[in-house]
Amino acid sequence: MWNFIYKLASPKYFYDMAGKLVPWFGGLFVLLVLPGLYGGLVLAPADYQQGDSFRIIYVHVPSAWMSMFVYVFMAVNAAIGLIWRIKLSDIMVSSSAPIGAAFTFLALVTGSLWGKPMWGTYWVWDARLTSELILLFLYLGFIALQTAIEDKRLAARAGAILVLVGVVNIPIIHYSVEWWNTLHQGPTVTKLDKPSIHISMLIPLLLMALAFQFYFFANLLMRARCEVLEREKHSTWVEALIDKHPEAKHG
Amino acid sequence: MTDSNPYIALLKRDLLLAFRSPGQLLNPVLFYLLVLILFPLGIGPESRILQIIGPGIIWVAALLATLLALDTLFRGDFLDGSLEMLALSPRPFALLVAVKIAAHWLLTGLPLLLLTPLLGTFFSLSGHTIGILMLTLLLGTPVLSLIGAIGAALTVGIRGGGALLALVILPLYIPVLIFAAGAVDASVSGLPFSGQLYFLASLLVLAVTLAPPAVAAALRISLN
Repeated sequence: MWNFIYKLASPKYFYDMAGKLVPWFGGLFVLLVLPGLYGGLVLAPADYQQGDSFRIIYVHVPSAWMSMFVYVFMAVNAAIGLIWRIKLSDIMVSSSAPIGAAFTFLALVTGSLWGKPMWGTYWVWDARLTSELILLFLYLGFIALQTAIEDKRLAARAGAILVLVGVVNIPIIHYSVEWWNTLHQGPTVTKLDKPSIHISMLIPLLLMALAFQFYFFANLLMRARCEVLEREKHSTWVEALIDKHPEAKHG
Repeated sequence: MTDSNPYIALLKRDLLLAFRSPGQLLNPVLFYLLVLILFPLGIGPESRILQIIGPGIIWVAALLATLLALDTLFRGDFLDGSLEMLALSPRPFALLVAVKIAAHWLLTGLPLLLLTPLLGTFFSLSGHTIGILMLTLLLGTPVLSLIGAIGAALTVGIRGGGALLALVILPLYIPVLIFAAGAVDASVSGLPFSGQLYFLASLLVLAVTLAPPAVAAALRISLN
């Protein structure tokens, strides 16, 4: 087990391993997203209150879940990177941030498009919308800090502290905003005993959520491979790799 | 520095340095005043509206003034190397940093607090409301200084870090703003507001406990 982790943490091994995993994750994403979309957009019955406009749930809810998942993922990796000084964790954190920001943005845009027919307005200062917006700014702040520090190693450590401060703050921000104002509908899926969503609507949603996960990991590994190459560009294995692909030399 | 207690000595040093350059000391306070004078000019002098928006605006202005003042928190010591000396000292760096933050609050947070009665009068707030407002500022501005210090520590080595500091720190300020403005609002409408004050107090306890080690860690990275 430890041996495996040590091996995984070495950039070269990770680069090869990630290269093999990307097509699998990408393939699983396609395999899940197609039935998910078909089930959500075609098979699932229209909502008795919201009509067809509820179908945006199949993009909105998975993106909102992912926006939070990615931040937690970043925080865990930031802690690992800060404590054990594992370079790979630093790379994971910095490569996750743009994807997380994109998911957050997507959740906000789809939410506001959904809000127009449901609440009659694109934007309300509702608790969940507001905390999602704040989350977007947390991502953007992290990205801004990362790009402002030139030394990659220092940037990673400074960013890790910021992410950890953010993750302590997220529940406080979330509940303070919730308490401040709320209009958003209550959770429909997480009431496990008796979800207030019909099974024919739920299955596509879960498929989509899983598909988004695989999309995230495929995208993350692609970004991380790129980042590994950039950081290790003076190492022998990267140079050997470049020798194998003469066309890459001009880059 | 003949004081035997190094923390008190550090506090005195920081206060003395600040009083030697009063311009820097006054800037955030004047900024606070000016921003708040702009609002009645922009919105109109009707006291009914000013009464409603007053507490919220005073809080936003206090928040921005704190943000403006944060730039001076570590910058001078970072540039002349005394911050490195502090980091090398055998005393716990987090405690020394906490003392610096306390000095900074005395120089920036406290003046804002003391000016509030005057500004409250500008916004036709009642004496009772001003009292609650000051209480929220007393509990809230140290939290702003403590959280802000983390951002200041992370950006101290970056040229032109001011805008970056705002982007990094302002989202983290939101809970303080919500609870403080909520307390004043509730008191204006005659509702109980002790809950919000307790929340502010607990945020203060949390920030006092967790922020100094984070600031110390961030400074060590910036000093690298």
